Parts: sequence; C-alpha cells; structure tokens
Amino acid sequence: MFAPKSLFEKVWDAHSVRTLANGQTQLLVGTHLIHEVTSPQAFGMVRDLGLKVVMPHRTFATVDHIVPTDQVVEPYRDTLAQTMMEELRKNCAEFGITFFDRATGKQGIVHIVGPEQGITQPGTTIACGDSHTSTHGAFGAIAFGIGTTQIRDVLATQTMALGKLKVRRINVTGRLRAGVYAKDVILHIIRVLGVNGGTGFAYEYGGEVFDRFTMEERMTVCNMSIEGGARAGYVNPDETTFAYLKGRPYAPKGSAWEGAVARWQGFASDAGCRYDDVVNFNGTDIAPTVTWGINPGQAIAIDETIPDPAKTVIIDEKSSIEEALAYMKLSPGAPIKGTKIDVAFIGSCTNGRLSDFQEVAKFIRGRKVAAGVKAIAVPGSQIVGLQCEHLGLDKILTEAGFEWRAAGCSMCLAMNPDKLIGDQLCASSSNRNFKGRQGSPTGRTLLMSPLMVAAAAVTGSVADAREVFAVSAD
Amino acid sequence: MALAKITSITGRGVYVPGNDIDTDRIIPARFMKCVTFDGLGEFLFFDVRKNADGSDKTHPLNDARFKAASILFSGANFGCGSSREHAPQAIQKYGFRAVIAENFAEIFFGNCTTLGIPCATAAREDIARIAAAIQADPAVEIVIDVDLQVIRFGGETIRAAVRATDRDALINGRWDAIGELLDGMPAMQATAAKLPYFLP
Ligand code: SF4
Repeated sequence: MFAPKSLFEKVWDAHSVRTLANGQTQLLVGTHLIHEVTSPQAFGMVRDLGLKVVMPHRTFATVDHIVPTDQVVEPYRDTLAQTMMEELRKNCAEFGITFFDRATGKQGIVHIVGPEQGITQPGTTIACGDSHTSTHGAFGAIAFGIGTTQIRDVLATQTMALGKLKVRRINVTGRLRAGVYAKDVILHIIRVLGVNGGTGFAYEYGGEVFDRFTMEERMTVCNMSIEGGARAGYVNPDETTFAYLKGRPYAPKGSAWEGAVARWQGFASDAGCRYDDVVNFNGTDIAPTVTWGINPGQAIAIDETIPDPAKTVIIDEKSSIEEALAYMKLSPGAPIKGTKIDVAFIGSCTNGRLSDFQEVAKFIRGRKVAAGVKAIAVPGSQIVGLQCEHLGLDKILTEAGFEWRAAGCSMCLAMNPDKLIGDQLCASSSNRNFKGRQGSPTGRTLLMSPLMVAAAAVTGSVADAREVFAVSAD
Repeated sequence: MALAKITSITGRGVYVPGNDIDTDRIIPARFMKCVTFDGLGEFLFFDVRKNADGSDKTHPLNDARFKAASILFSGANFGCGSSREHAPQAIQKYGFRAVIAENFAEIFFGNCTTLGIPCATAAREDIARIAAAIQADPAVEIVIDVDLQVIRFGGETIRAAVRATDRDALINGRWDAIGELLDGMPAMQATAAKLPYFLP
C-alpha cells in the first residue's frame, strides 16, 4: 500500500547509508559547502588522520565572514583575515575543491552563493559548517548546519552521523498585509513558538503565503529556522523553485532538465502524510515585527510596547526580560516606535539579496538618511552587487546616504571591520541580536525587515515603514 | 581508532546562571579568526568576564573559589545560535569535561559529544540544589555517571539524562564517529550511485 511521506522522510531515506551502532544514521551528504571560518581546522584533522577528501566535486567553497567590505585588494589590513583567506585557497587547491574566490566574480555569503549558482537543488542533502545552512531548505533540500569535526567527517567520507528529526508543519494561510515581509513572518513564528520551540524538529513551511512567496522570500524564512531552534527548515519544491533554478550554472541542462524536474517533484510531501506536529498561522495577523531583546524570539509588532517584567508572573520570563532590558537600555512599557538608532544595516544571508535592495530602493528614492545615522548596504554576493548596480539601485541608496559596499557578511557578526562601536543601537536586517553579536561587547541590535531598516534610517528612530513610506496595497 | 570510554566524570563544579546562553557569548566571533583551535580556552565567555580595559567583571569563572572546576552547570537552551565548534572547543580547552543544563541547543549538543564532552540535562530544581552545594563548598566532589544517568554530590543523587544515541557513543568509546563512517564507505558509494546528482 502507498504510504504518504513528507519530503523530509523521502530525502532522509534516499540518503541513508546505514544505521550506526549507537542508533544514529550514517547520512550521505549530497552537497557540502564550506567557508573560511569553520573549515581550516577540519582540513587539518583530515591531514592529521592521513585521509583524503573523498568527493571533492561535491564540496564548494567561498569566503564571506572575514572579507572586508571596504577593501577588495589583498593583502587585507587585518593579517589574521589574510591568513584565513590564504588557508582556504591552499586547502581548496590541494584537494581539488571549487572555490568561488573574489577573482571569480562569484564570491559571496555561502547561503547566497549556493542558490545563485544552482548548486542548491531539491531532494538533496546539504551540509555546511554554519548554522544558517537551513536557508537552502527553501528549495526542498534538507540542509544542516554542522560543527568542524563533522566537516572533517563530510570531507573524508561524504557522510555524517545524525539522528532523524521530527517534522513540524507550519502553515501560514491567507495573505500578508502590505508592508509585511517574509522577515516579519519568521520573526512572528519564532516569537510565538520560542527560540527553542523547534528543538528536535525540521520545520516544513507551507500554506498560501508560502505558495505565493518568491524563492528569495522562502530563503529569508528558512534562513532563520535555526533561530527558532529547528535544525532544518524547508518548503516543498514547486514551479517557483524550478523557474528559479532553470539556466543557473550548476542546474541540470538540456535533456537532463526535464528528468530532474520530474524527480524533484517526486520529493514534495505527499498529501495526507503524517507530521509530528502542525501549527497554523493566519497571514493577516502578522505585523511588521521588531526585536527589542537579546534573542530573536524577543520581538513585538511595531505598534506594541516593550514588555514590562512586572507584568509577568512566570519567573523565567521575568528574569529574561530584565536581563534583556538592562542590556538593551530600553524602558519597560515604552513604545518601540521612536527608539533612536545610531546605525542601519541592510545585508546578510537573511536579507542581502536582490529583491531586498529593490524593495528598499523603490521606497527610499528621494529620501535622506537622518543626520547622525551611519547607514550601510551590503550585497550578499558579488553577483547581487552587480545586479543592483546594473539596475542603478546602488545610486539610489548612496544618494539617500547609505554606503554601498562589497559583498560579505559585514555587520552581521564581528569578524570583519564592520562593527558597532560602544553601545550603538543598530536597526539590522540580519538574523541575530545576541549580546555583542555586531562586534561591540555592549552593541545593541534590533532585527527587522530591510524596509523597516530603511524607515529607521531616514527617520533616525524605529518607525513603521508603512507610515514613513506610505506603503499601500497595490 | 580506540577512543576512551567515557562512563563517568568526577570533579568540582561551577554554576553559570542564565537561559539562552548563545555560542556568541561562549566565544565571541572575533576570537574565531584562527586556523587552529589552540588557545581558545582563555577567551571562554570573554565579553561577560572582562571589561573593555581587560580587568575582570564579576563572573563565576573569575571567582577564585571555582577555579578548579571541571563541570559546568547552566540553565535552559544552552549553546543556542551559531554552529561554531569553537564554543565546545573553548569549553574543553578551558578545562571543562562535562556540561549540565536544563536543555541544550542541538548543534552545540552534537558538537560536544563528538569531542567527548558529555552534555546531560537535569531538572531546574536539581541544578539549583547542586549550585547551592557548590556555593556552600566549592570543593564538593561531583560525579556524573553517564552510564547510569545520575549525578552524585555530597551524599545526594539526582537524575541527569543523556540522549540515548550520545550516551551509547560516550560509554562505548565511539563518540568520534570517523572510524565507523569510514567503515561505511562501500555502502556510501552504493547510496550515491543511486542519486543522479552525484554524477561528476
Ligand atoms: S551573514 Fe551572518 S548569519 Fe549569514 S553566514 Fe554571514 S555571519 Fe552567518
């Protein structure tokens, strides 16, 4: 009898090599992505054990975390960054791994490069030493963030040891209101389900809102699955997925294309398959959402007030609100709207794609960044950068007062020169608002959609983009 | 590859309170500009332990009474955020051999097992009891029995669960999977041969 299965189960089964002694699965990794930060030690381990990279043609490398966005010519001022760059170059050359180095014109944040090149495909398993590998699930792949010792395992065996996940289906039905974006959807989901609500699960996102979403929007949501504690997140592949992939450098070509699409369709979850859990959201309930605290679940709608620890009786919640407010230097009960910002950052693997800059440019044209606000826009890849420049978006942004930079992780984290100073408050389109995340031990981050960052940039304080830019349903 | 069978850990403890302690806090990103894991221990919890001028903040790891601790106790969702193995590496290089928390973020948990660091979950009240015992006597001997999934200290015994697959790996000396994974190479090739996208 035909037993309906979820995409997760189908992909898992197709890639299960065998069961290990402790009950975990030896899982075949279809595509392995690496970057400069978490891979050098893994190559060292491979060498120390006298092993080789078993399938170099299934590993792809790029450089993103440490690259300066204001200096493209090497050697970098930061000698440690230069060392890491050269180490990756050397490792790729020695083991025959494709490296999207800056000189190729295809460099960028690993989670932007994979899809852009058509390397990320439905029905595959993907691993990368980076927690936001969940991004690739947007294509109907099962994509895991892994540690460095596991990178070694994948390099040496193309497999890793892993326990099977449960699957939670998350439906977002209806429509999103004007001015509400994919970023708001995932911030809302995490706010409701909690930062560890997804532990042990892969999230399968679906419903009308996801059916209509572009691939870039799906990537934004899947990207932050990990912030909700889910190891992986995915959307079933459909025509939108196939249209995105068609013609990309690594996508199947010619007669192979039709066969690939048929195979990919077969991986989509079957109607009536069993989920371990189902959660439903209504798209119209989601508002532009902003974090006020020190984890991505500490978020509120733009017109809400900052939580008051005195108003909760749950001891845990009380102490975490207190800790967050003390760090963020925000007042309980105050509206988040109007909070003065110092820095505005648009970029990262969550929101550093073409459509993010297009949306911002559409509304910011003719406006100016408020005095005293440092605003930077950083394309997620060299290709995104060129596309934006081709459309003149960089001009619109720089005329508005944004700095337009070279591709990289930039101010998402503290590994390149783009950093907050002191306790600066940053409106950021990235994915983490942890203490010190943006490079200063006392720096403060408010996560929001790119258009909300733009609204904060032009008004100098947290604002409702729908009001600032008169966003209406078109 | 013969690995140690990690059936129990004995040592002193230190309690670092808080929930959702993320890997950026465990090891701030700027210390990841390195091509080896050596020397990460000294940067463990750096930004919550040190002021900008390099002087010490108040933090359990800066308290002389807990300097000899080799077991780390904390709250819920420990190790969330980035997948950086630099976090468990820093914990191990600092001198910790086990971590006990209410629960753990998944990638961090897996990374720890792979390094032979048992992560056990215990009830909040029980962690509070151990924390009180450590506070009263920092030298109190704590035994984590990975096999029996209990923690013993000062005449008390509490439950401490270790996920079945990880417990098995630790007590049977197969926490580093590489040997077993290499044994599976023929099966790996057979699985890959059935997947068209593996063709070079
Ligand atoms: S943009 Fe940020 S979250 Fe994404 S890979 Fe880079 S550092 Fe990680």
